[in-house]
Amino acid sequence: MANVISDETIEYVGILSKLKLNEEQKEQAKKDLAQMLDYIDELGEVDTEGVEPMTHIHPEVNCFREDVVTNGDDHEAILKNAPEEKDSAFVVPRTFD
Amino acid sequence: MSDINELSAVALGRKIKEKEVSVKEALDACFAAIDKKDEEVHAYITVDKDAAYKRAEDVQKKIDAGELKSPLAGVPAAIKDNMCTKDLKTTCASKILYNFVPTFTATAVENLENAGSIVLGKTNMDEFAMGSTTETSAFGVTRNPRNTAHVPGGSSGGSAAAVAADECAFALGSDTGGSIRQPAGYCGVVGMKPTYGTVSRYGLVAYGSSLDQIGPLAKSTEDIAVILEAIASHDKKDSTSLDRKDTDFTSALKEDVKGMKIGLPRDYFGDGLDPEVAAAVKKAAEDLKAAGAEVEEFDLKLVKYAIPAYYTIADAEASSNLERFDGIKYGYRTDNFTDLHDLYKKTRSEGFGPEVQRRIMLGSFVLSSGYYDAYYLKALKVKALIKQAFDEAFAKYDFILGPVAPTTAPELGKSLSDPMKMYLGDIYTISVNLAGLPGICLPCGKDKTGLPIGLQLIGDCFKEKTLIQAAYTYEKIRGTV
Repeated sequence: MANVISDETIEYVGILSKLKLNEEQKEQAKKDLAQMLDYIDELGEVDTEGVEPMTHIHPEVNCFREDVVTNGDDHEAILKNAPEEKDSAFVVPRTFD
Repeated sequence: MSDINELSAVALGRKIKEKEVSVKEALDACFAAIDKKDEEVHAYITVDKDAAYKRAEDVQKKIDAGELKSPLAGVPAAIKDNMCTKDLKTTCASKILYNFVPTFTATAVENLENAGSIVLGKTNMDEFAMGSTTETSAFGVTRNPRNTAHVPGGSSGGSAAAVAADECAFALGSDTGGSIRQPAGYCGVVGMKPTYGTVSRYGLVAYGSSLDQIGPLAKSTEDIAVILEAIASHDKKDSTSLDRKDTDFTSALKEDVKGMKIGLPRDYFGDGLDPEVAAAVKKAAEDLKAAGAEVEEFDLKLVKYAIPAYYTIADAEASSNLERFDGIKYGYRTDNFTDLHDLYKKTRSEGFGPEVQRRIMLGSFVLSSGYYDAYYLKALKVKALIKQAFDEAFAKYDFILGPVAPTTAPELGKSLSDPMKMYLGDIYTISVNLAGLPGICLPCGKDKTGLPIGLQLIGDCFKEKTLIQAAYTYEKIRGTV
């Protein structure tokens, strides 16, 4: 395997991904990531000198609209999906003391 | 006469219009099939009989009053469980959304309902549409109705299986890298991915936003044209939605391929393609040639680079799109946590399955500082070249013809152990999404074990009608598979 994923890298990826990995999962993730990156490295064989990166295939971009609220007040229905709610608000753990 | 639930959507809609079948009878037939078969097939995650029957009464009244005239009026449909349906649970086959009840309906589904179609329930899929077998669902696998020891394909495996098992008249799926076309091929039904931007993505839970597109799975090309005509719309709620004036897809239901130029990419018939699949697909090309089309082999180029480019781009977008699942506003929340970040992390690690976590991690990595240029930007450049290769092909050909997958449906339990191998199975479908093209898959034969073989036709952007006309013509030549 050409790519080797260090402990530091997988730690960092865990932070970016907001995932909590145990030791066994970390080892598996290191292996999986390295394998995928080896594969993706094949893209290096393609000469892309001077090629513009393509995000969207259609030329239509920037669909502007007036900043006007068009939807109704759904807050009661929306809060029904919340794992925890109180006084028309989502409940989260204390974020500062 | 076929049983009601075995009729094509158009045939059933006609009988409802002519009062030969009531809307309630159409539902009865589909629910009876579900009761009989779905314990084994497991095409559905959620079935909502009460809501369906309630709507059926309303729809029947409107049909009787002459207010509803669409060919889909009263016709029962199954919806992939990644499209939001108001008051009907939408899980994306993930534990993290196990109890999510949307407050709105996806535009594509709303368009169907406006045409009078009735939602029977929500179909199983790979978790967040990430997979090719419908085995990564948190709610159990779907089995292929043609042979229940095999997978239905994925990620729209539940929708394809529901159509194949006659547990609905037709279904909607979504296609990010082949997720409509490949399961259609494995289950022996017809599936179409339209040009990117044709069907609104509003209310479709996003996976790879620049690649995702909703489309129909059905029993015939005629059905596909009718359904696509109903769901296509310009939607201000989706900023990538196109204002097309040419969505009268049923006008292309003509039996004529004379003079059409068909390109067969040599790259689609090389190593790894099962010989039985190759033979059936080449026979279909011969049939079209005999009907007056010109067939020529050519080199599409860059085909093998589509998969690494796709997984880089799709996973990058997924890592961003799936950030919203944090245990705060909806869905699953972990029981034990120390603080806010711990809550986020535990919720996500417990709520997402292994394949989803794998893709989020890869996506986060390729977007991270120091790797963005080498991986993500590189993939976007390769995507530009892939698009260019298709442009060159469509300068010469009206459409491209090839297989939809290298093999017929694999056995259950044989794919997930080696993700790389599973990814390689997407080789014929994935570049279509990168280039935003329309593609249709329809049955063109069976292998020696009786499993369906899928034929794929790929068109240039906005050329759905060419594909529909060719597929319709081929169906007439082919007859019953």
